[in-house]
Amino acid sequence: MSDIDLQDQAIQVDTEKGNFKYPENYEFDAGIGLTEDTVKYISDVKDDPDWVREFRLKALEVFKKKPMPTKWADKDLENIDFDKIRYYLSKGQQPARSWDDVPDDVKETFERLGIPEQERKFLAGVEAQFDSEASYSRMKEDLEKEGVIFVGSSEGLAEYPEIFKPYFGKVIPTADNKFSALNSATFSGGSFIYVPKGVKLKQPLQAYFRINAENFGQFERTLIIADEDSEITYMEGCTAPKFETATLHSAVVELVALKNAKIQYITVQNWSSNVFNLVTKRGMADEGAEVKWIDCNIGSRLTMKYPGVVLKGKGARGEVLSIALANDGQHQDTGAKMMHLADNTTSNIISKSISIGKGRSTYRGQVHMPKHLKNCKNNTECDALLINTNSRTDTYPAITTRGQNNTVQHEASVSKVSAEQIFYMMQRGLSEGEAMSLAVNGFVNELMKAFPMEYSVELKRLIDMEMEGSVG
Amino acid sequence: MNTTLETSTNTLSAKEPSWLAERRSAGLDQFKKLGMPTARAEEWRFASVGKLSIDNFNPVAAPSSATLDALTERSNLVSDRAGLMVYVDDAPANFECIGSELAKQGVIYLPISEAVEQHPDLMEKYFLQESTELGSQKFFGLHAATVKAGAVLYVPKGVEIEKPFVNYYWTSGSRAAVFPHTLIIAEDNSKASVVDIFFSETEENEALNISVSNIHAGANAQVFRKVVQDWNEKTVSFQLDTTVADRDAQVKNVAVNIGAERARFENQTRIEGAGADVKMYSLTVAEGTQEFDQRTFQTHNAPNAVSDLLYKNALLDNSRTIFSGLIKVAEGSQQTDAYQTNRNLLLDPSADANALPGLEILANDVRCSHGATTGNVDKEELFYMMQRGIPQRVAMQLMVFGFFEEVIEKIDSEELVENLRQLIHQKFSGKIS
Repeated sequence: MSDIDLQDQAIQVDTEKGNFKYPENYEFDAGIGLTEDTVKYISDVKDDPDWVREFRLKALEVFKKKPMPTKWADKDLENIDFDKIRYYLSKGQQPARSWDDVPDDVKETFERLGIPEQERKFLAGVEAQFDSEASYSRMKEDLEKEGVIFVGSSEGLAEYPEIFKPYFGKVIPTADNKFSALNSATFSGGSFIYVPKGVKLKQPLQAYFRINAENFGQFERTLIIADEDSEITYMEGCTAPKFETATLHSAVVELVALKNAKIQYITVQNWSSNVFNLVTKRGMADEGAEVKWIDCNIGSRLTMKYPGVVLKGKGARGEVLSIALANDGQHQDTGAKMMHLADNTTSNIISKSISIGKGRSTYRGQVHMPKHLKNCKNNTECDALLINTNSRTDTYPAITTRGQNNTVQHEASVSKVSAEQIFYMMQRGLSEGEAMSLAVNGFVNELMKAFPMEYSVELKRLIDMEMEGSVG
Repeated sequence: MNTTLETSTNTLSAKEPSWLAERRSAGLDQFKKLGMPTARAEEWRFASVGKLSIDNFNPVAAPSSATLDALTERSNLVSDRAGLMVYVDDAPANFECIGSELAKQGVIYLPISEAVEQHPDLMEKYFLQESTELGSQKFFGLHAATVKAGAVLYVPKGVEIEKPFVNYYWTSGSRAAVFPHTLIIAEDNSKASVVDIFFSETEENEALNISVSNIHAGANAQVFRKVVQDWNEKTVSFQLDTTVADRDAQVKNVAVNIGAERARFENQTRIEGAGADVKMYSLTVAEGTQEFDQRTFQTHNAPNAVSDLLYKNALLDNSRTIFSGLIKVAEGSQQTDAYQTNRNLLLDPSADANALPGLEILANDVRCSHGATTGNVDKEELFYMMQRGIPQRVAMQLMVFGFFEEVIEKIDSEELVENLRQLIHQKFSGKIS
């Protein structure tokens, strides 16, 4: 087994995975393209309160004015044609309350996704978004008793404005970037969660998202507020059926961790490889609070996602753990932002990326410590693994440090799977694909441990599937 | 934009060959066409471009012979040398040419203007051929249009020269604009070293420097360039340096940066031959409101090569540093080892250190890493020394000087090292409390 053989063999992906769809029979359709009428139409369907209507229309103006991030972004962004996208589509369903109310084809989708009944029971609540509207939503009674609110975005804004309005659009302002403005104008679906003071959720809340209409952008909006001393883990997983033209997915996720609260947000992104996944995610951590993003990107054509934490209160902690896997035709442009705004705040970023074939993975990061701060710490580690000779990886961090006794360290490394490693494993009877898969799993193993057990199992399976038949 | 900088190019020698006239006019076009840097440009991220102005600086007349003599007298950092050139405001002040032995071997060490006259083919091949890609294209254009001062060193195949060639570039006149140029061509299997020193006559004379330096290292050549930048703090400086390394060439760049109000460095290394080994080391001491803006680019266009970068910055008062580095490994450049390290020592709370360490890797069989750290002196180490009776102030000094040593010791010349230590310690000693 020579080094050259190993490097040059094409890597094949199981493209059939997640490759299915069902007949479309949407009750509401805002048509193609984005105008004021589209936005008004969405508001009408959603029966938005007046302030939400205004919010959307203002956001549309911002969206039109904002330039694309062409300065540094992948040129592929230019291939998004905003006039050819459907911005809203819904079955007009109210979120279903019991399993029996869920349509059969949706159930079948879940079967294909492998969400077993037992898992649903295990999870505290399931908010499954089928297309843009939550089609199935259930919460266990004990959560309701504790005062936890777990609803869709429209329901949240309409029924609990006193809770959600003060924070809605505050962590990520409409004008943050072009895509956050787009989301603010057209959002539908997503989860709004409020965890009351002192409530510590032992089980994670989970939502599955799917895209199921050609040319249909999904603009879900999530806002999680963890009140003082509360704890919540939220999981978001997605796979999408494959379509022939590109699909746009542009979510906004805002997390608010009040004093001493803890929020952990877990994402496994496995959109099909024609999806533009342009997501803005940011958390705000008050005094003593902790916001942790665990982010795994396997699918999509182009992902641009840089989860951030604004460390607003003394002693706040922020963390981003990220795994990205870029195969042929994919660009995983991911990273993290840590804005230190108070003394004694700490942040940690660990990013591991794997580039296969002509895949490209990019880390972009920002760490900011202004001058009035004391005793802040940041640690950043980015490791990239390149599988084939023409795989590509980039790292572009930006670090600003001032103040007293603040320390920042950033390290990045690039490596490949050594031919010796593969040879060694093959000598012991593994196939080359198995050996490669094992080596890649070893590379991300340490991070994998940070994922909840059921997710790390799923992730390992996804990585195995990506690596299957990759060599030999 | 100030027009005198543009028109001053018309006064250049009419004897210049047409290729040079063309390069100058292309440079002038570039200067006029491109706008001043904006904060939105990625190449200028974090730089306080709003404060950047090159208005009202002009090339000035040659200083009096008394000034030339006095500054030649002060050009004494390196006494054991193969050749010396001293410029003041781009006017020649002193030139110690090479001995007959080196001349016989075909070594050329000449001021730019003479080299253009005497060795037009060589100069056409190398002079003003390496622009910058890192943001100062406009200023490179002005340099190309205007340059008249500087040194050319040509070392033929197989010739090894141990002693360094030393070039001093002084500023003296009021609001003088200078455009020094150092061109080093080391042919295959040759060896040479050069020291470039940038000084101001007084602490007060305001100046603009746009200097360019190019190193061309042939197969298996060894080149060692040391740069001492100690402008006064009324100087706006651009140093646009490029190294091109051929097969198995070994190039070492060491820079010590102390001066200037705002100093921009664009340091490019291009590896074009397999097995080349290029080192880029830099030490910067920033104080007051100084801004040091360092942009580096390590390009590997050939396999099996090494590039290693270490930039250390110590920051005092309200000073700022920006380190923005990029390693680019081109497709097919396998077995590359490329490293990039930026260490910032923050000694005052309002000092501001920015780091943008970047990697673009298009080959898989490589070892690449970058690291950037920013912090204060280690409190435990400080405590350890104080426990042993060393006063805090002295302990701090020791630790800061220790931080510097890693770069200074690479200079590998006892006399220069000692002189540099003194320059740095002078700047520093009153500052640590």
